[in-house]
Amino acid sequence: MTWLPEASAHATRIDLLLAGLVLISLAVLGLVFGLMLLNILRFRAGRTTAIARAVAAHKSWRFEIVWTAATLAIFFGLFLWATQLYVVGFRPPAGAIQIYVTGKQWMWKVQYPGGQREINALHVPAGRPVQLLLTSEDVIHDFSIPVLRIKHDVLPGRYQSLWFTADRTGSFRFYCTQFCGLAHSRMTGTLTILSATDYAGWLNSTPASGSLAATGEALFIRSGCSGCHASSRYAPDAADTSRAPSMVGLYGSRVVLADGRAVMADAAFLHDSIVDAPRRQDASFTTEMPSFRGVLSEDELAALVAYLQTLSPTLPPSAGN
Amino acid sequence: MSGTLDPSAPQRSYLWQDGTLRSWLLTRDHKRIALLYLGSITAFFALGSVGAALVRLQLLEPTGTILSDATYNRMFTMHGVVMVWLFLVPSIPVTLGNFLVPLMLGARDLAFPRLNLLSWYLFVASGLLVVYGLFRGGLETGWTFYTPLSSEYTEGRVLPVVLGVFLNGFSSIATGVNFIVSIHQLRAPGMGWYRLPLMLWALYATSVIFVLATPVLGITLLLLAFEHLFRVGVFDPSLGGDPLLFQQLFWFYSHPAVYIMILPGMGVVSEIVSTFCHKPVFGYRFVAWSSVSIAAIGFVVWGHHMFVAGTSLYSAIVFSMFSFFVSVPSAIKVFNWLGTMHGGSIRLDAPMLYAMGFIGLFTVGGLTGLFLASLAADVHLTQTYFVVAHFHYIMVGGMVSAYFGGLHYWWPKITGRMYPETWGRLAAGLIFFGFNLTFLPQFILGFEGMPRRYATYPAQFQVLNVLSSAGAGILAVAYALPLVYFTWSLFRGARAPDNPWRATGLEWRTASPPPVENFAETPVVTTYAYDYAELDGRAGPPGTAVGGPHV
Repeated sequence: MTWLPEASAHATRIDLLLAGLVLISLAVLGLVFGLMLLNILRFRAGRTTAIARAVAAHKSWRFEIVWTAATLAIFFGLFLWATQLYVVGFRPPAGAIQIYVTGKQWMWKVQYPGGQREINALHVPAGRPVQLLLTSEDVIHDFSIPVLRIKHDVLPGRYQSLWFTADRTGSFRFYCTQFCGLAHSRMTGTLTILSATDYAGWLNSTPASGSLAATGEALFIRSGCSGCHASSRYAPDAADTSRAPSMVGLYGSRVVLADGRAVMADAAFLHDSIVDAPRRQDASFTTEMPSFRGVLSEDELAALVAYLQTLSPTLPPSAGN
Repeated sequence: MSGTLDPSAPQRSYLWQDGTLRSWLLTRDHKRIALLYLGSITAFFALGSVGAALVRLQLLEPTGTILSDATYNRMFTMHGVVMVWLFLVPSIPVTLGNFLVPLMLGARDLAFPRLNLLSWYLFVASGLLVVYGLFRGGLETGWTFYTPLSSEYTEGRVLPVVLGVFLNGFSSIATGVNFIVSIHQLRAPGMGWYRLPLMLWALYATSVIFVLATPVLGITLLLLAFEHLFRVGVFDPSLGGDPLLFQQLFWFYSHPAVYIMILPGMGVVSEIVSTFCHKPVFGYRFVAWSSVSIAAIGFVVWGHHMFVAGTSLYSAIVFSMFSFFVSVPSAIKVFNWLGTMHGGSIRLDAPMLYAMGFIGLFTVGGLTGLFLASLAADVHLTQTYFVVAHFHYIMVGGMVSAYFGGLHYWWPKITGRMYPETWGRLAAGLIFFGFNLTFLPQFILGFEGMPRRYATYPAQFQVLNVLSSAGAGILAVAYALPLVYFTWSLFRGARAPDNPWRATGLEWRTASPPPVENFAETPVVTTYAYDYAELDGRAGPPGTAVGGPHV
C-alpha cells in the first residue's frame, strides 16, 4: 500500500496540520503512558512509604490551573490553524471552471460547460481552479476526493460547492462517503488530473451536444422562463421587470430577500431559486413563479444555471471551453 | 422490599430472599432490577457483537463475497442501533448505577422504586421492538437514520425500530429522574455534595443529560415516523422539508448522548483509581465539576457532526471552538487520575488494569477527537474509518473498559463471590491488545480515505482491514472470557468479605451481597469521600490528617 499522495497545495497544508496534530498527540500519549508507568514502578503497594499528602493537597490548585491553562492555549492554537484552512473552502475564485456533478443512487453524473458528459469519472486540468457544483437527485450523498483532502455532502434539491486547484497529474479515486443505500460502496469513480494541453485535447475529443449554456438557452425558452424573465435577447426590454426580475446581470449581484437578508446570487442561488422561488424584498410582480421541482431534471437545471451566468457579461466567464 | 426491618431476625441477602420468578419480575429492589438489566444488556451486547463480527468478517476481503451488500448494510445498522441504545446508553447507569446509587448514598432504595421497575419493562419492550424491526424485514439506514434515505428511500422496517428507540428514551428518562431525585433527597446524614463519591457526580451529570436531551430525540423520531406514515414534509425536500433539519435535531440529542456513554465510565474509573492507589482522588472538586461542565458544554457541540453537511461557515467555526472547549474538562480528569496515582500505594488487580486501559484508550480517543474538531482536518477525515476508530476508542476502549472494570470491582459486592483474579488480569490484558489491533489500523485506513459503511473496498486497503479483523477475533475471545469466569465464580468463587479492596464508600460498609434493606441501620457520614486515614483507623486531627482531601 502506498501513502496517500497530495494532489494540491491545499492537500499539503492539510497534511502539515495533521502532522502537527499527530505530534501533539504523541507527546500527550507519551506523557500519559509514561506517567502511568513511572507511577506503577515507583508507587507499587508495599514498595514505598506514603508521601506527605498535606503538601500535595496544598499544591493541587496550582497544578489544576497550570494544566488547564496549558490545554486551553494549545487547543486555541489548533483551532485557529484549522479554521483558517477551512474558510478558504467557502471562497471559490471567480475564474474557476464550473463542473456540475449530480449524485444519484448509485452513480455520479458529471457535466462540463462545453456540454461533455461522463459517468463516475471526472477530468480536470492541473493548475487551474475548478469549482464543482454538487447536487443529488434522491438521498444525501457525499463527494470525497482523498488526494485533494476535501469532501462535501451532496444534498437533494440544492447546490453545494467544492473547489480546488490540482497541481499533480494522475488518476485517483473519488468516493461517495455519505451512506446512501444498497450499493453505496459501489458509488465511486476516477478523478483524472491532466495537464492544461491534455485537458484541452480531452475536451475536444469528447463528444458534446452543444455547450451547456446553449442547452440552457433553449430550455429558457422551452420551459417558459422567457415569458416573464427579461434576458435582453428574448424579451423586448431588459429593464422590463413588471412580471419577474430581469436575468440580465443577476448572476454575481446581491439580492435582498423578504426577511431582509442580502445574499449573493451565485450558482447555488440560481439553482435553488428555480426549484423554489425566493421572496424578495419590495417585490411587486404581477405573477408568482411556480416551483420547477420535479419538472426540470438536475441535468437541465445545470444547463439553465450555466446559461444564466452568461447574462452577466461583466463577470469573468467561468466556462472552461 | 416486602420484608420489614426487624433487627432481631437474621438478615438475608437480596439475592436469596425469595427465589421465585415472580419475585424477580415484580421486584422493586434496585439491586434486583440492576441484575435484570445486567442480564438484558448482556444479551444485547452479544447480539451487537454478532453484527460487528459479521462486519469484520466481510471486510477480510475487498470484493464482498461473504455477505451481500444488503446483508452487510443491515448488519452494520443492527450493530450500531443495538450497541448504542440497547447497550452503551444504558450500560453503566442501569446496572452498576442502579445497584450502587442507593448503596453509595446510604439509602434503602432509589426514590421511585416502581418507576425503576417500569423503566426496565420499557427497556425490554423497546429492545424487542427494535429486534423485531431489525430481523423481520431489516433496516439499512445506519443507526443515524439520515433523511430522506430513512423516510423515503429505504425498503427496511424504519417504523418499529424508530418506535423502539423512542420507547427506549422513556426508559432513559425514568432512570435519569430517579437518580436526580435520589441524589438530591436520599443522601445519608452528613453526606454533603462534596462528600459524594465521584461516581455519583458522574451519574448525576449523566442523568441531567438523560432528562434534557432524550425528549429531543423522541420528538425527532416522532416527526420522522409522521413523515413516513402521512407524507407530511418535515425532512424530505421533495415534500418541501429540510434534510439538514433532521441532522440538527438528531445530533442535538446524539452528541450529548456520547457523554451519556462516557461520563459514567469516568465515574467508575475515579472510584477504581482511588481504591487501588489507596489514596484520595487528586483534585476532587475539579473532577466533580468537570463532569458537570462536560454535560453542560456537551449540549453546544452537536454541529461538529455537520462540518461538511452544508451548514454555514459561522456555525462551523462556533461549533469547532466549543468542541475544543469540551475536551478541556476531559483532559483535567486524565491529569487528575495520574495525579492520584502519584504517591499512592498502587495494586494492579483486574479493575485497576481496566481503569488504566480506560485512561490510555480514552486519551487516544480524546486526542483523535481534536483532529475531528479541527475544521480543515475534519473535512478530510470525517465519514472515513478515522471516525470509526475515534469513537470506538471512546465507546469501546473507554466505556466498555470502564464497564468491565466496574463489574470486576463491584462483583464481590453484587454476588458475594470473588472472581478468579488471574483470569481477570488475563482478560483485561487481552482486551487491551485485541482492541488496539482492531482499531489502530483504522486510523490509517481513514487517513488513506477509506469511507465507512462500505461493503466493498479498493484492494489497496486489504492489509490493514485483515489486521483489524484479526484484532476483532482476539477481542471476541477476550470478551467471552469474563462471561465464562463470572458464571463460574457465581457457583465456585471464593466467598467475598464485606470490603475486599479496602475501599472507602458506604457500599463497602454493608454485607456482600447486601441485605434487602441495604443497611441494618442508616449510616452516618462524618468524613470526606476517599478518607483512607479513617478507614485504616489512623485518624488524626481533621484538616491535617494524612489522607485528607484534595480540594
